[in-house]
Amino acid sequence: MAFDKYLINRIHQEKGVLSKEKAEKIAREEKKTFTGLYEFLSFYTFFKTKEKGKHTIRVCKNLSCHMDNGNKILEKLKETLKIDFGKTTTDGEFTLEETSCLGACALSPVLMIDETTFTNIEPDIIPLLIEKFKKEKIKPLKINISAPYGKFILRNVYEIDPFDIEEYIKKSGYQALKKAMEKGSSFVIEEIKNSGLRGRGGAGFPTGLKWEFVRNEREKPKFVICNADEGEPGTFKDRILIENDPHSVIEGMIIAGFAVGAEKGIIYIRGEYEAGFSILENAIKQAKERGFLGKNILGSDFYFDIEIVKGAGSYVCGEETALIESVEGKRGEPRKKPPYPSNKGLYGKPTLINNVETLTNVPLILLKGSEWFKQKGTILLSLSGDFNWKGVCEVPLGTSLDYVVNKIGRGIKEGKLKFLILGGVSGNIILPSQLNVKLNYKDLCEINKSIGSGAIISVNEKRCPVDVAKNIIEFFRDESCGKCIPCMRGTDESARIIKNIWKGNGIQGDIELIFEIAETMELSSFCPLGQTALKVIKELILEFTEEWNTHIKEKLCPLEICGNE
Amino acid sequence: MNNKVRIKIDGKEYLFPQGIKIIDACKEIGVEIPALCYLKEISEEGTCGLCVVEVKGFKTLQRACITEISDGMEIFTNSEKVHKVRKMNLEFILSIHPAECITCDADGDCLLQDLAYRYGISQSRFIDREILYKKDFVIPTIDGAGILLEEFIDEELKSKIFHIHRTISKYTRAWETNPFIKFYPDKCILCRRCVNACKNQALVDAIGIVNRGYKTKITTPFEIPLEKTKCQFCGACIQACPTGALIEKPRIGKGKIFHFKKTETVCAYCGVGCELVLYTDSNNRIIQAKGKEDSPVNKGRLCVKGRYGFEYVNSPERLKKPLIKENGKFREVEWEEAIDYVAKRLKEIKEKYGPDSIGLLGSSRCTNEDNYVLQKFARAVIGTNNVDNCARLCHASTVTGLGKALGAGAATNYIGDIKNTNVMFVIGSNMTETHPVISQFVKEHKKRKGAKLVVCDPRKIDLAEYADIYIQHYPGTDIALLNGIMKVIIDKGLINKKFIEENTEGFEEFLKVVSKYDLDKVSKITGVPADLIEKAAIIYGSAEKAMIFYTMGITQHTTGTDNVLSIANLALITGHLGSEGNGIMPLRGQANVQGACDMGCLPDVFPGYQKVSDDEIRQKFEKAWGVKLSKGIGYAVSEFADLIFEGKLKAVYSMGENPVMTEPDVNRVRKAFEQLEFFVTQEIFLSESAELAHVVLPAAAAYEKDGTFTNTERRVQLLRPAKEKPEGTKYDWEIVCEVAKRMGYEMNYKNTAEIMDEIASLTPSYAGISHERLKKEGIMWPCPSYDHPGTKILHKDGKVKRPNKKALIFPVEYIPPKELPDKEYPFILTTGRILFHYHTRNETRRVKAIETFVPRNYVEINYEDAEKLGIKDGEIVRVSSRRGSVEICARVSDRPKKGVVFISFHFKDTNANILTNPVLDPVAKIPEFKVCTVKIEKIS
Repeated sequence: MAFDKYLINRIHQEKGVLSKEKAEKIAREEKKTFTGLYEFLSFYTFFKTKEKGKHTIRVCKNLSCHMDNGNKILEKLKETLKIDFGKTTTDGEFTLEETSCLGACALSPVLMIDETTFTNIEPDIIPLLIEKFKKEKIKPLKINISAPYGKFILRNVYEIDPFDIEEYIKKSGYQALKKAMEKGSSFVIEEIKNSGLRGRGGAGFPTGLKWEFVRNEREKPKFVICNADEGEPGTFKDRILIENDPHSVIEGMIIAGFAVGAEKGIIYIRGEYEAGFSILENAIKQAKERGFLGKNILGSDFYFDIEIVKGAGSYVCGEETALIESVEGKRGEPRKKPPYPSNKGLYGKPTLINNVETLTNVPLILLKGSEWFKQKGTILLSLSGDFNWKGVCEVPLGTSLDYVVNKIGRGIKEGKLKFLILGGVSGNIILPSQLNVKLNYKDLCEINKSIGSGAIISVNEKRCPVDVAKNIIEFFRDESCGKCIPCMRGTDESARIIKNIWKGNGIQGDIELIFEIAETMELSSFCPLGQTALKVIKELILEFTEEWNTHIKEKLCPLEICGNE
Repeated sequence: MNNKVRIKIDGKEYLFPQGIKIIDACKEIGVEIPALCYLKEISEEGTCGLCVVEVKGFKTLQRACITEISDGMEIFTNSEKVHKVRKMNLEFILSIHPAECITCDADGDCLLQDLAYRYGISQSRFIDREILYKKDFVIPTIDGAGILLEEFIDEELKSKIFHIHRTISKYTRAWETNPFIKFYPDKCILCRRCVNACKNQALVDAIGIVNRGYKTKITTPFEIPLEKTKCQFCGACIQACPTGALIEKPRIGKGKIFHFKKTETVCAYCGVGCELVLYTDSNNRIIQAKGKEDSPVNKGRLCVKGRYGFEYVNSPERLKKPLIKENGKFREVEWEEAIDYVAKRLKEIKEKYGPDSIGLLGSSRCTNEDNYVLQKFARAVIGTNNVDNCARLCHASTVTGLGKALGAGAATNYIGDIKNTNVMFVIGSNMTETHPVISQFVKEHKKRKGAKLVVCDPRKIDLAEYADIYIQHYPGTDIALLNGIMKVIIDKGLINKKFIEENTEGFEEFLKVVSKYDLDKVSKITGVPADLIEKAAIIYGSAEKAMIFYTMGITQHTTGTDNVLSIANLALITGHLGSEGNGIMPLRGQANVQGACDMGCLPDVFPGYQKVSDDEIRQKFEKAWGVKLSKGIGYAVSEFADLIFEGKLKAVYSMGENPVMTEPDVNRVRKAFEQLEFFVTQEIFLSESAELAHVVLPAAAAYEKDGTFTNTERRVQLLRPAKEKPEGTKYDWEIVCEVAKRMGYEMNYKNTAEIMDEIASLTPSYAGISHERLKKEGIMWPCPSYDHPGTKILHKDGKVKRPNKKALIFPVEYIPPKELPDKEYPFILTTGRILFHYHTRNETRRVKAIETFVPRNYVEINYEDAEKLGIKDGEIVRVSSRRGSVEICARVSDRPKKGVVFISFHFKDTNANILTNPVLDPVAKIPEFKVCTVKIEKIS
C-alpha cells in the first residue's frame, strides 16, 4: 500500500510545506495543473507554502477549551513565544497557529505541538512545556469512559492492547466477519436494517438502507469509506474507538465491504489524530498478516483492502461529499446531492460512507443479533464543558438526559446548569427544564432537537450566551469552505455582528439582522455546514434575549465576560 | 433520454425533456431566474445562491442552476421566501463589492448592478461598523501592517473603506504587470465564473480559487504574475465576469457601454472566423470586443487578437490619401489623379508588354466581394489569369492535394463537429497559437468527453501537453510518418474494407508503396520511437470516429501536395470521412483565405473553382462579363520574383498583400519588386511592400466594411461596419471598380450585396447565398439554391466530388526536403506564427498591449543545442542560411526538437523569410517555408 497514492497524504509526507518549485514538480507528477494543486494546498490549514518553524504549535480555540481558560492559554502562548498567531519565532523554532477543535474536549484546554497532544494545560506551565518540548512516542490519550449499563461499543476500550491483534481476536474479534461470510451478504444487510442502527456521525441516516443502496448499484468498483474525520466541536468518541479498539472499526469495514460488494476501503482520519493514525496503520498491517484483509479473506475469494487517508485540518471534510473530494485530491468543497455517494461517490463510483462508531456497532450487531440491538443498542456521548465528570459514556438509546447530566456527568461545576449544547455546535440548545427528555431519535425529534454527533457541552450560569455564540460562529466562519455566498458571507457577517455586540458596539436591529441571515443560510446554503451554522445561536438568542439586549442597549455584559479580546 | 417529464412552474403545468436543469426549463417558458455564477456548461457550481427556487417537498430552497427537473416537481420561482433569500444573498455579495458604479468601466455592463437595481438594493447593510464609531479603526493593508483611519480619511474612498475588512483578503498583485487584463480584487464577488471560464473554455487553468471561507480569493498559483502562468490572454475570464472586476486594460477609462454603438461582425484575423461584437464610441473609435455568445462558430470565445486586436483600425498611422511616388518620395494626391495615373500606367504596360505582363494579388484579408471584383478586373479588364492570393503560401497544397483525392480542397466538416468525434489527430498544426479558438474546442472535447488526442509536431507545442500521444518528428518527414502509421493500421487489420471498396480507388497500388514503410525505417527517418508511432496508429485506426487537423506543418513543403495526399490516404483507408465526427480539417490561416480562393483569386480557376481552361465555363463568364477571356493558366505569386527577373512580369497590382515579408528569401523578392515598372497597392498602412510601390491607394479596414468572409469550415459570414472608414479612404472593391471604369470597363455596383448576387449567379457553390440570408446566420457552401440550408459535411457517406464519386487513394513516397543539414548549416529552421502577432504585424504592431507584450522576435533553440553552442536564454545570436542572416534573441527551451530551430516571420529585421528557401512544390507552387538549414553563431 502506497501511502502517498493520495495527494493529500503525499503533501503530508512533505511535512505539509511546499515551495513553488516543489509544488510545480508534484503537480507534474500527479498530472494536476499547477493552479489546481495550489487551490488544493491553500484549502487546508495544515498545508503551507512558506517555510514554517521547526515545530508547529496548534492551539484549540473552540468552545470546550475556550470555556476552560482558553483565552489565557492563547495569551500566554503569544507572550511566551513573543509572536502572534500565524507567525514563526525569530529563531525558527516554533510556528504558532490557532486551530479548530482537536477532539479531546474532556481534557480541555488542549494544544498540539507537532503530532503530540497536550491536555489539561494550565497557563503557567506553558513556558516550561515549550522549553522542554521533545519529540516523543505518540500515545493514545487517556480519556475517561463510563458505561453504567454495560460496555458494548466500548467493550475493548482500555481492555486490550490496541497494538496487538491477538488480544482483539481473543475477545471474539473477527468472529462477526466469519459469521457474515458464512451467512452471506443479504443476511448481513437484513440484520443491519432490522437492528435499526442509524448513522452516528450526526445525520442519523438508517445504516442498513445505505448499505442496501450501495449493494444494489451495478457500477464497479465500489468503495467503503470510514469517516474518521470527527470534527464537530465537543465530539471525541470516535477518537477513543480508533485509539483503543481499531480492529472493531476495521472488522466493521470489512463486513460492510463484503455486504455491499466493495474491494477497497478507505479510512479518512483527521490529521490531528496522529496516534489513531499509527494505531490504525499497525492494525491494518496485522489484519493483513492474519488474513482478514487482502486476498482470499478467511479462505474465500473475497478480496478487501484498506488504505488510510489523512485529513489536513478542515471541518467541512467531515461532510461526506467534501470528504470524497478531499480523497480525490481536491479542495474539500461539498458536491451537489443528489447524486448521493451511494450512487456516485469516490471517483464517481458507488461509495458507502459510515462513521467510526457506526462501523464499530456492526460486529456487535452480527454477534449479538439485530433483535438484541433493537432492545439494548447503545450510543456514545462525549461530555465536556462544565460537567464535574468529563469523558465518553455509553448509554442505551432512550436514557434520560437528566441521568447523563447528573449521574454520569456528576452535575455542573461551579454553579447551576444554564444550558446544554447537544450534538455539537451545529446541534441544539437544551434548557434545564428539558432535561427529562429521553435520548432517542423519536423523542428528541418531538421537541425539535437531535442527538447529532452525541456531543454534550454543558454551560453553567456564570457563562455569557453572547460569548458562547461568538465562539461558535467564529468556528463556522473559519471552517466554511467558501464555495457558496450564503455560507461564506453569512458566517462572516454574523460573526462580525456578534463580535460587535460582544465588544459593546451592537446596534438596534442586529438581532433581527442575525435572524434574517440565519433564514437565508438555512434556506440557501449549499451544504449542512451553512444550513446549521446559526442554529445554536438562534436558540441562544431566543432563550436568553434579555442578556443579548443588555449587551446591545447598555453596551455591557452583565457577567463581565464579553469585550475583552 | 427522450422521456418527457411533467412539472409545474408557478402553478402552470409543462412538459420538458428529462435531465434538463430547472433554470433552463424556466428560461424556455420565459421565466427568468437571476444567476450571477451560472454560465451554461462553463460554470455550474451553484455559488451565488441567487437562482434558488422553492420546490415542493424540500425544506431548503433548491438551486435552479444545478438541480435537474424530475417528474411531478412543483417549482415556485418567485415566492416571498425566494424573494427574501435572493435579496439577502445580493446584500451578502454587495458586502464585498463596493458600490462605485459611477467610476466603474463596467457600469451598464454589470449583471450585479442590474440585479441590485431589480431587487432595489442600493447598499449592503454589512459595513465595517467601526468606521461609524471611528474607534481605533485600523485599515488593513496587504502587507498586514495597517493604518489608522484618522490617517486615511478620504471621503471619496469611503465606500471602499466601509468594506475594507471584507475586501482586503481578496487582494492580489498577480494581474498588475500584464498589459491585457486588469483585476480589481475589491470588485470581485467570488462567483468563480472567471476560474471556470479559464478551466473549461480556455483550458489553461491560469487562475484558481485560493484559501477558503471568508478568506477565499481568486489568484494565480503562488501569486505569480499572470504572464508567468499559462494564460493566453484570451479574455474568457473578462467575458465571463458578471461585474467590472475583470476588464481589458486598454479599455479602462474609455467610456461606458451605453454610449457605444454595438456591431456584430466577424473577426479579421485568422480563418476560424469568430463572430464578435464590437463597441464603437462617438468619436468613431472601436473600444471593446466581445465574442458573440450564440455564435455557432466560436460560442462566445475569442483569442487575444480577437479581443484586443481591433485597435489598429483606430491608428493615426492609417493611410488617408492616395500616394504617388516621385523621385523616390511619396506625394499625397487626390483620388482623381491617383486613379487616372494607375489606369494610364496599367494601360501603357498592357499595350507595351501584353496583358500577361501584369500580375494581380487578391487578399485573404479582404472580403469575398473585394476579391471577386479584383479577379474580374484581372480577367475582364486586364485580360490575364495572373491573379493569385496568399493562399499560395499556406494552403495551395491543400487545394491541389485534397482536390486530387477528394475533388474539393476544403475542410470537410464543421468546427462544431469536433464534439462528435472520438479521436483528434493533429499534425503540423500549432493551433493553440494559430487557431486558438479551435484549439479550445479540441482541448475542451478531450477534457469533457475524454476524446483521444494525438499530436504530431517537430516542436513540443502547447497542445502536446494535452495529448495522449505526442510525436516529435523531424520537419519534412510527414510522409514517412504517415506511411508508417498507415502500415501499422493495415498490419493490425484496422482498415475499413467496406469503405475502401465502396468509396475509393487505388488501394492496391497504394499497398505496394506503403508496405515498404516498416516501423524501423520510419523511426529512423522521423526520429520517433517506433512504439509511439504504433500507439498513434492504433488510436486513430481503431477509433469509431476520427478527425484530422492539419495546418502549415503539412502544406508548406516541396512535397506539400504529397503530404496532403498522405493525410487523405489515412482518412480514406480507415473510412474516417464523410460523416459526423469523421473528416479532414485543414485549418485555414487568414480570415478570408478560403473565400479569396473561392472567389477565383487563383491563376487557374474562376470563382467556385471553375477551370479557366474549360471552354464551357469560360463562355459562361464571357457572356456574363461581356468580354473575351484568356484561357491560359496564369502565374502563381510564388513565381513572381523569378518572372520579374526574367522580364516577363512588368507590373503588379496588389490588394493589401505584403509579399516582401511573406515570400521566401525576401531579400531576393525585394530586389525583384524594386525592378517592377509599375507596382500599385491598396493598403491601410504603409506596409513594407507599400514602401516599394509607385502608387498606394488608401483602403478601408475589415471592421469598416460590409461584405462577407468565408471561414475555414466554408461558412460564409456577413461583416458589418463597426465604424466609419477614415475620410479619404475607399473600399477595396470601390477602388478596383474606379480603375476599371477609367480603363474603359464599366463596373457599377451599388453595394456589396449586389456583388454577392453576381457571385451567386456565376458560382454554383455560392448560388444560394445572399446578404439577406446571411443577416440571419452564416451559410456553409456548397449552397446551390436560395432554399438550400448549406452543407455542414462534405462527401456525405464517402461519396466524393470526383467524376466517379470515388476518392483516390494515391500512393506517395517520402522525399526529403530540398535542404538538409550539413556541416556548414547544421540546423533545420522551421517557421511559423506566434499567438500574439499576426502575419507581417502591420495590424498587431499597432495594438499597444500586444506590441508591448511581444516587442521582438526570437529564435527557439533546444536546451541541448544551446548548451553545446554556449548560448544562454535571452542572448542575441546570429542565424544564417545560404540566403541571408538575422541577429535575433535566443529563447532556450525544450520546445523544438534537438537540431531544429524556430523563427516567426512577423518582424521585418528578424524575419524568418530572410532565411527561407524559395523552392516550390511542383504542383501547388507553395514554397518550403517549413524546412531550410541554418547555422547559429554567438555574436560576442
